[in-house]
Amino acid sequence: MNDPIISINGLNKTYEGGFQALTRVDLSIQRGEIFALLGPNGAGKTTLISVVCGLVNPTEGQVVIDGFDSVTHYRQARERIGLVPQELTNEAFETVWNTVSFSRGLFGKAPDPAHIEKVLKSLALWDKRDNRLMTLSGGMKRRVLIAKALSHEPRILFLDEPTAGVDVELRRDMWEVVRGLRESGVTIILTTHYIEEAEEMADRIGVINRGEIVLVEEKAALMQKLGRKQLTLHLQTPLNELPTTLQQEALSLTANGYELVYTYDGHQDEEGHGISALLATLAREGITFKDLHTRQSSLEDIFVDLVKERA
Amino acid sequence: MNLHPVRAIYMAEMARTRRTLLQSIVSPVISTSLYFVVFGAAIGSRISEIGGVSYGAFIVPGLIMLMLLTQSVSNASFGIFFPKFSGSIYEILSAPISYLEIVIGYVGAAASKSILLGLIILGTSSFFVPLEIAHPFWMLTFLVLTAVTFSLLGFIIGIWADGFDKLQLVPLLIITPLTFLGGSFYSIDMLPPFWQTVTLANPVVYLVSGFRWSFYGISDVSVAASVAMITLFLVASLGAIAWIFRTGYRLKP
Repeated sequence: MNDPIISINGLNKTYEGGFQALTRVDLSIQRGEIFALLGPNGAGKTTLISVVCGLVNPTEGQVVIDGFDSVTHYRQARERIGLVPQELTNEAFETVWNTVSFSRGLFGKAPDPAHIEKVLKSLALWDKRDNRLMTLSGGMKRRVLIAKALSHEPRILFLDEPTAGVDVELRRDMWEVVRGLRESGVTIILTTHYIEEAEEMADRIGVINRGEIVLVEEKAALMQKLGRKQLTLHLQTPLNELPTTLQQEALSLTANGYELVYTYDGHQDEEGHGISALLATLAREGITFKDLHTRQSSLEDIFVDLVKERA
Repeated sequence: MNLHPVRAIYMAEMARTRRTLLQSIVSPVISTSLYFVVFGAAIGSRISEIGGVSYGAFIVPGLIMLMLLTQSVSNASFGIFFPKFSGSIYEILSAPISYLEIVIGYVGAAASKSILLGLIILGTSSFFVPLEIAHPFWMLTFLVLTAVTFSLLGFIIGIWADGFDKLQLVPLLIITPLTFLGGSFYSIDMLPPFWQTVTLANPVVYLVSGFRWSFYGISDVSVAASVAMITLFLVASLGAIAWIFRTGYRLKP
C-alpha cells in the first residue's frame, strides 16, 4: 500500500517568538488508515495538524492533500478535511442543529438535512438537536465538534486529542464511531497522549518529540520490535545473590531475593536461547520456583523509552 | 466563488442579530429617539433655522450617520472578534473559502444590519419632524457606502483587538468624538473661523455633509469632496483587510 492521501515534505515551523515547533517533518498518511500521532505535551502535534488544516502558516515545506497543494489549491485540499480541535470551542448560543448545518455550508456544500440527521444520530446527538450548545455536557460538546467536522463528508478526519477529559464509556463509544468511519473509507489521523487509545485504534503510529518525527511504524511491528517482555519467577526460597552461572545483564533479583526477573525481547526467543536456556540453568542450580508470570511492555513503555532517550 | 459559505456566514450573523434584537435594533432606535426629544424638541425649538431647515429636521441626517458609524463598527468588530475570542474561528480559517468570501459574509451581514437600522431610524424620525429627501438615490448611496466602509473598519478592529477593552477603545476614543465633532448637530459655519479649518481634517464632516445634502440640498463641503472621502475610506479599509489576510495578521501564527 503506497497511496498517500497526505504527503508532508520538509515542514518547518518557527513561531514569531523564535520557538521552533516543527523541524524538517516528512510524513505520509496512507489512504484509509488510522494514524496515531503520539507525543508529550508541547511536542508539536497540534502545530502539525494546524499547518495541514491551514490554521498556521508553515515557515518552510509543503503539504499535499489527495494531490492538491494545501496552499495553492487550498479549496480542493481543505474541502477533503474535517478537523476536530482539542479545545471545546463553539458558539454557546447556537443550537446543535444550526451549528452543524452552518459547518456544512461553510465548507461549501449545499444543505442536506438528511446527512446532518444521519451524523447527529450516529453520534447520539439527535435528541439534543434543538438544545443550545451551552446547555450540553463536555462529552456532548465534544461530539458536536465531531458532528461539525463530519457535516461536509470529509475524506480525511483529524482528531486532536479526541478523548481528552472524556469518561471511559464515552471514549469507547467514540472509538466505535471512529472505526465506523474508517469502514466507510475515511482516513483518520488522531493525536493523543493516551497510549491506550493509539494501541487500541491505530494501524500505524508516529511519535513526535520536540518538533521532530522520531519514528513511524506499523503498530504491530513497533510492538514487536521494541516491545520488551519480562518473565518473573517467584522463588521458593530467597536468594542472596545470583549464582555465577546466572550472572548476566538480563537477570535481576528483586523483592528481597524472592523474585527473579528476566527481561528479553521478542526475537531472543526464536533463536532458541532465552527462556528455555534460563530454565535449564535454574534446574541445574537447583533453584525452584512456585509461580511465574510474564508481561509484555505496552506501547506506553515504548513511548516513554523513546522520548526519554532523545531528551 | 462558492455561495454556500458566504450564505452560511451571513445567515449565522443575521441569526445572531435576531437573537439579540433588543440590544441590536431596539436600543439604538430608543437612544436616537432620545436625541430627537432632547435636541430636536427641547433645545431645537430655541435654535433658529439652519439654511432654511428647522433644527429638528437638520439633525436627522447627522443622527443617522452617528448611529450608522457606531453600529457598523461595533457589529462588525464583535462579529469577527467573538469567534476569535471563543476559538471557534478555527473552523472559518480551515474552511475551503477565500478571504473575500469571509469578508463578504461578515461585513455584508454587519452592513445589512446597519442599513436596516438607518432606515428604521429614518422612519422613526418622520414621526418627530417633517422630512424631505431631495436626492433619494444619493441618500441611499451614502447610506450603503458608509455602512459598508465602517463595517469594514469594524472588521479590522475586531481582528486587531486582543481583548474586550480594545474592542471598545476605537469606537469610544475615536469614532464617537469624531462623529460628535463632525457636524452631526451643527453646521460648521456656526464654529469660530479657526475651528472651521481644523474641523475639515475630520473625515466624518464629509460624510455628514454629503448625507445632509442628499436630504436638504445644503452642505458644508462640496458633494464631490464627500464622495471622494468615502471612496478613499473604502479603498483604505479594503487595502488593510487585504494586507491582514495576506500576512495572516492576528489570525494565523
